[in-house]
Amino acid sequence: MSTDRISSLDDDASERRFDDVVPYSDDETDNELDSSTERLDDTEQNRVNQQTEEKWQPKSEYTWKVKANDRNFNNQFTVTKYGCIKTSKYSGNAIRTYKYNILTFLPKNLMEQFKRAANAYFLILLILQAIPQISTLAWYTTLVPLVVVLGITAIKDAVDDIARHKMDRIVNNRKCEVLQDGRFQTTKWKDIKVGDIVRLHKDDFIPADILLLSSSEPNSLCYVETAELDGETNLKFKMSLEVTDRLLKKEKDLESFDGLVECEEPNNRLDKFTGTLYWRNQSYPLDVNSILLRGCTVRNTEITHGIVIFAGADTKIMRNGGKTNFKRTKIDQLMNYIVYLIFLFLILLSAGLAIGHTFWESEIGNATRSWYLYDGEDDPPSYRGFIAFWGYIIVMNTLVPISLYVSVEVIRMGQSYFINWDLQMYYAEKDTPAKARTTTLTEQLGQIEYIFSDKTGTLTQNIMAFKKCSISGTTYGELCNAVGDKTDRVELVDFSWNSYADGNLKFYDHYLPQLIRSGKDPATREFFKLLALCHTVMVEDNSGQIVYQAASPDEGALVTAARNFGFVFLSRTQNAITISELGITRTYEVLAILDFNSDRKRMSIILRTPEGQIKLYCKGADVVIYERLDSNTLNREVTEEALTEFADETLRTLCLAYKDISEAEFAVWNKRFQAASVSTSNRDEALSRVYEAIETNLLLIGATAIEDKLQDGVSETIETLKKGDIKIWVLTGDKKETAENIGYSCNLLTNDMTIYDGEAINDMLNTMQRNRANMAEGKTNTILNANTIFPHDVKPAMVITGSWLNEILREKKRRKNKWFRRPKTEDEKKMQIEKDQKDEAAKEKRQKDFVDLACLCTAVVCCRVTPKQKAMVVNLVKKYKKAITLAIGDGANDVNMIKTAHIGVGISGQEGMQAVMSSDYAFGQFRFLKRLLLVHGRWSYIRMCKFLTYFFYKNFAFTLVHFWYSFFNGFSAQTAYENWFITLYNVLYSSLPVLVVGVLDQDVTDKLSLRFPTLYIPGQKGSYFNFKKFFLSLLHGIIVSLIIFFIPYGAFLQTMGQDGEAPTDYQSFAVTTASSLTITVNFQIALDTSYWTFVNAFSVFGSIVLYFAIMFDLHSAGIHILFPSVFTFTGAAPNALRQPYLWLTIILTVAVSLLPVVAVRFLIQVVNPTETDKIQMNRKKYEIELRPKQSRPRSFQRNASVRRSGYAFSHQQGYADLISSGRSIRKKGMRSEPGVSSSRTHETEGANAS
Amino acid sequence: MSRQRDQAVLKNKPDNTAFTQQRLPAWQPFLSAGYVLPTFFLLGLVFIAIGLGLYFTSNNVIEIELEYTGRSPNSSCHHCTKNDTKDCKCNIEFKVDKTLPGPVFMYYELVNFYQNHRKYGVSRDDDQLNGDLKYLKEPSEYCFPFRQDGQNRPIAPCGAIANSMFNDSFVLYKVNNSEISKVPLNSKGISWWTDYNVKFNNPKLDNGTDLKQAFEGTVKPHNWPRPAYELDTNPENNGFINEDFIVWMRTAALPTFRKLYRRIDDGLQPGKYLVEISYNYPVLSFNGQKRVTFSTISWMGGRNPFLGIAYLVCGSVSIVTGIIMLIVYIKYQGQNIRKVE
Repeated sequence: MSTDRISSLDDDASERRFDDVVPYSDDETDNELDSSTERLDDTEQNRVNQQTEEKWQPKSEYTWKVKANDRNFNNQFTVTKYGCIKTSKYSGNAIRTYKYNILTFLPKNLMEQFKRAANAYFLILLILQAIPQISTLAWYTTLVPLVVVLGITAIKDAVDDIARHKMDRIVNNRKCEVLQDGRFQTTKWKDIKVGDIVRLHKDDFIPADILLLSSSEPNSLCYVETAELDGETNLKFKMSLEVTDRLLKKEKDLESFDGLVECEEPNNRLDKFTGTLYWRNQSYPLDVNSILLRGCTVRNTEITHGIVIFAGADTKIMRNGGKTNFKRTKIDQLMNYIVYLIFLFLILLSAGLAIGHTFWESEIGNATRSWYLYDGEDDPPSYRGFIAFWGYIIVMNTLVPISLYVSVEVIRMGQSYFINWDLQMYYAEKDTPAKARTTTLTEQLGQIEYIFSDKTGTLTQNIMAFKKCSISGTTYGELCNAVGDKTDRVELVDFSWNSYADGNLKFYDHYLPQLIRSGKDPATREFFKLLALCHTVMVEDNSGQIVYQAASPDEGALVTAARNFGFVFLSRTQNAITISELGITRTYEVLAILDFNSDRKRMSIILRTPEGQIKLYCKGADVVIYERLDSNTLNREVTEEALTEFADETLRTLCLAYKDISEAEFAVWNKRFQAASVSTSNRDEALSRVYEAIETNLLLIGATAIEDKLQDGVSETIETLKKGDIKIWVLTGDKKETAENIGYSCNLLTNDMTIYDGEAINDMLNTMQRNRANMAEGKTNTILNANTIFPHDVKPAMVITGSWLNEILREKKRRKNKWFRRPKTEDEKKMQIEKDQKDEAAKEKRQKDFVDLACLCTAVVCCRVTPKQKAMVVNLVKKYKKAITLAIGDGANDVNMIKTAHIGVGISGQEGMQAVMSSDYAFGQFRFLKRLLLVHGRWSYIRMCKFLTYFFYKNFAFTLVHFWYSFFNGFSAQTAYENWFITLYNVLYSSLPVLVVGVLDQDVTDKLSLRFPTLYIPGQKGSYFNFKKFFLSLLHGIIVSLIIFFIPYGAFLQTMGQDGEAPTDYQSFAVTTASSLTITVNFQIALDTSYWTFVNAFSVFGSIVLYFAIMFDLHSAGIHILFPSVFTFTGAAPNALRQPYLWLTIILTVAVSLLPVVAVRFLIQVVNPTETDKIQMNRKKYEIELRPKQSRPRSFQRNASVRRSGYAFSHQQGYADLISSGRSIRKKGMRSEPGVSSSRTHETEGANAS
Repeated sequence: MSRQRDQAVLKNKPDNTAFTQQRLPAWQPFLSAGYVLPTFFLLGLVFIAIGLGLYFTSNNVIEIELEYTGRSPNSSCHHCTKNDTKDCKCNIEFKVDKTLPGPVFMYYELVNFYQNHRKYGVSRDDDQLNGDLKYLKEPSEYCFPFRQDGQNRPIAPCGAIANSMFNDSFVLYKVNNSEISKVPLNSKGISWWTDYNVKFNNPKLDNGTDLKQAFEGTVKPHNWPRPAYELDTNPENNGFINEDFIVWMRTAALPTFRKLYRRIDDGLQPGKYLVEISYNYPVLSFNGQKRVTFSTISWMGGRNPFLGIAYLVCGSVSIVTGIIMLIVYIKYQGQNIRKVE
């Protein structure tokens, strides 16, 4: 059945024009989506096949069968896993997100670690070193660092996994009541099985996907909050089947319930469920309206009974989870390549030296000539060369920096802590600090090119606030005193005269309430009366406090506004609404509710006033209302002006109108209405025609303006990020108008942009495609690419919808087709494959074109997109732009996107935690993103780059000295330093300063980083560390190693010490080179440091001091006496460093290594200063400038000439059906309802009052 | 109430410290002309001064180098390079023009001799040399193939370094109008103090002090004419603590190296001198050279112009670079100021 929809979509493109139709492009299951990238394992494949086959079978042949209260029956379904083990087909309700357990930890973790090129390399090295002929270094030189590195990583992994275990345990051990042995018993979630009957209480989390059987509410209604699933906080209701509602209220009845549910296989569609309940020889169709999904919360419903259909991994929320894929940064990949490169370099060097050794052996080093080198072996020179090759591989292993990965991890960890600690990213209101949930991605934050943002809850607070209104042509809502004059005083209107006021309305116009209370202008009363009457809001009396439950926050805002102004909606029944009009309670008879839908864009209500008049109240989008206004209605133009003004301030507007209807007119209409209501075919169409007939000749009352409140600092943040060349795409489930409106209000869209919609983009794509085809045929040779398709003087922006996107993303559907239309013959198969390939290529081209176009746009807004589509859009950009993406969202509908993007950010402190749980970074407010990227990201990136550049440099400078030395020791793999120095160099003598720089360095302060967002651009281009930088640091290392070898060489060539003893011995030489190197590299990092704290000073000088201290210890007499053959450099350091000559050598070496660097840097910075240089140069000036800076007041003012319709309805249908069906209206006598044990609360009483 | 709430609710609030907020007091250096240019000029001057000092010091050192390999037939030691010459002696005469004030140091120098070869360098047993009796009898594997002789008797001292010990010896005569007088050569204190006192120790038996007994059961290195305990008659300079041996065991860094042979405490007066060489050490097979050198010593050691010249060059380059940078800076400074504004 779903395939029908797909084929129709494929065949008939015109159908996609309806932008407001929810596209449901995510009707594929996860499995099908994944198949594009990975092969499914067998079980998965089976399941998919089963599913696809099942779809072609008649409905009654559902393969998922669940029998109530019959575990044995349900256990008979098994699947074969791994070809032999039979397990139950139905998952238990325990979930599992951890990676290791105690037994698998060591092998699995080691396997994972050795997958890293560097670790594997060191393992091989260790094995090589075990061969005595080859071993050129002491065993401890590689083993110790490797064990340390592996150990640290393993500990970190273990800690992470333990946290996951804990989380799982908490969730799995949640309590729930399950019907067992005839009674409801408290059971842990993990023990819930498919087919169990569970009882849920108010505010319980729903433990599994459950078929609602009955509840304590009338008609077994159950309210659920789906915040964790889709991020929407408004309540949704679920209704049980009529038969189960009637017969399954009591525990006893539930126990004997033996219905059989047959339904579809588990999938990830939240909005779809089909199945059948067989009970007592009857069958009842089931749909999604009676399914309670795991992840939701039961609200306002005391007791709910249900039968578990899907548990654990089969539940829709888990199916929607997507895979937790391991994210890696760009630098990680680069690092891997570089490690391979270095490895290659190492092999080449060693090979060269081995050849050198071969020659040397045959010319000089053989025993017949250099008799003193006789070693008892009779090997030919070539074999000796071969051995030397491996020897050099070991000696120069330090080219590949073993501590690289661990140091990188440490630095990232430090960065993550700084993010966690940042007070400026701490959201005091909700007490949520920023949290780096992943510690491996920090430097990527400095390279973001695209941000994909959710709208509701991320950009906006999802709070609608009544801001302004226009009544009879007068605009209210500015700063006004009670007499109606404009003032500058910001003073809240006090609504305390109204006992029903909720005190949350922030209104500054004191004139309007004055006007209402005095009754001078009856229109104002009519206006708020309409707001109090014309809606589908439900009311709840919560211990004397009236609580509204609205289908859309806009409606809630309007009704609440009316309430504050004294027109309080008190209660409703199926056919009556009671309101309090400035303290007088009046009940209106509801004759009809003409509900909202996205085509009508308006809703009306027909009422009979207590006086007996019939009135129609209507509210709706301005365009729609204006079309239906009476020709002699007043204030048409003035109101329109007001609407424009509201829209300019990016307020969401609605027009209000009314109409008096005569008895006779109503009678006629009502007849048609009744007829339409019961019509079987095209009921909706018929109804809307009937509605249309009565909603004419309306009289305009005024207009409302609602502010879709943005989060604090959103527009500022977006503006700053835009300056940093970060492109922001807004992906939202909202409809086009709302999304566009928000786009304007948060500065994403501006008036100088030209907005292209799906149609226009389609044309462009077609043009590009045609052009390409023409080019292939040689007809044209102008290259028409994305760069030329937009006119030059235009700032393009794109606003597209989910259904349009569907077309671009339709790849998966073809795949699906392939499975069941298996070609029969070889030829057919071949043709099919060719066709597929061709289609694939064309589609890929189109996708690429689209991405190219979209990326040229300054802003992109995608509306009406499903969670899956959000992820796909992110994927498109990842795939075709190779750009670093960040996704930010707050709800479960953003989870996919967050997981797909390189970096996922969750807004925490909201009700749903889904987004946060799957995010890499979480914080309380969108505006913190600015700081996360421009300050932390940029710093992290620069730190990481500095670290890497320096790290490679220091290892080259260190290791290549061996290479130069080889030319003077017969290529015999003699090291230029003492073994202990080699062991400790990377660990102690040179690592701390660079780590400190990697953690603490700042090129410019955070304030300046935020003030100059352009500083962010080098990170996006990756220009601080890339192959070029790597080769430069390689070159730098080579040059320094040359200096470090050849200056001591020149000094040592022929000389004596001041006391006549020859200092030309190997040990003194080693001490000199090592000292020069240690001082040089430490001073080099000092030179690289741009933020000198005492920690830096301590680490730099500490490292040098430590070097000398340890060296003097290791060269002392005492340690030699203890281990004569381990510490053989006895007296070398004191003897050598006694000589002023050697100190002069060291000083010269250090100076020659460093001065050119200083000179080059100075020259570059003078001749061609970077942005950073310029800012650093004028740092003092800017810092003084920044100090007195105050935040400017936010203004919404835009000089708009076009009015954008932003009417205040959510895209959801209201509760009108529910209201008119009367099912939700609570009846008296519920208390005596048998089977519901818990006492009912005051909630019903409020409703009963009606 | 509200304070209570603040305390209770804001428990997740991060600490406001200079470290956590990354506000540590810091010096933010910037390579500005004000720092860089003076540094270059100053360093240049300092280096030139050091260079001059070094250069002249080095030039003041007098060094007399005598090559005696005997490769060329004209050389007085040529006859010793022939085969089958044992206990060959040859003389080399040299003239001292200026007084060499004492102490004058006498070195032997080998060219093209790879004492820094890795395998050669490890072919020793520091435990054995430290006087450890266990290793005296069972030398380390590193000494192979000079660990044991054909009868599996341990070699002491073992290893290639010891085996190839330089065994030419020199006697210095002053020639005074055909009258020849021996110049006293001091062999004491030619090795490092730590080597002589710490690293090298003769094996000691519990019962006796006789060195020969201690070495019993070991054989001499194959190339040595006599065992270690007969290197000198002076017990302070015999066995492993023979200073010539210790000097040899301190392997050189480069294939051309000098080793201190003797000290002439009184210096050399102008006049003719003659070195009598016991020519034993074969170097021709590997194109080696042997030299004997007399040198005075300054505060910076022996004669080596390299460092002085290097300092001079470095200093001059530094000043030249400084000037170039100054010019570039003046040229671009105006532009940048305009750019910023």
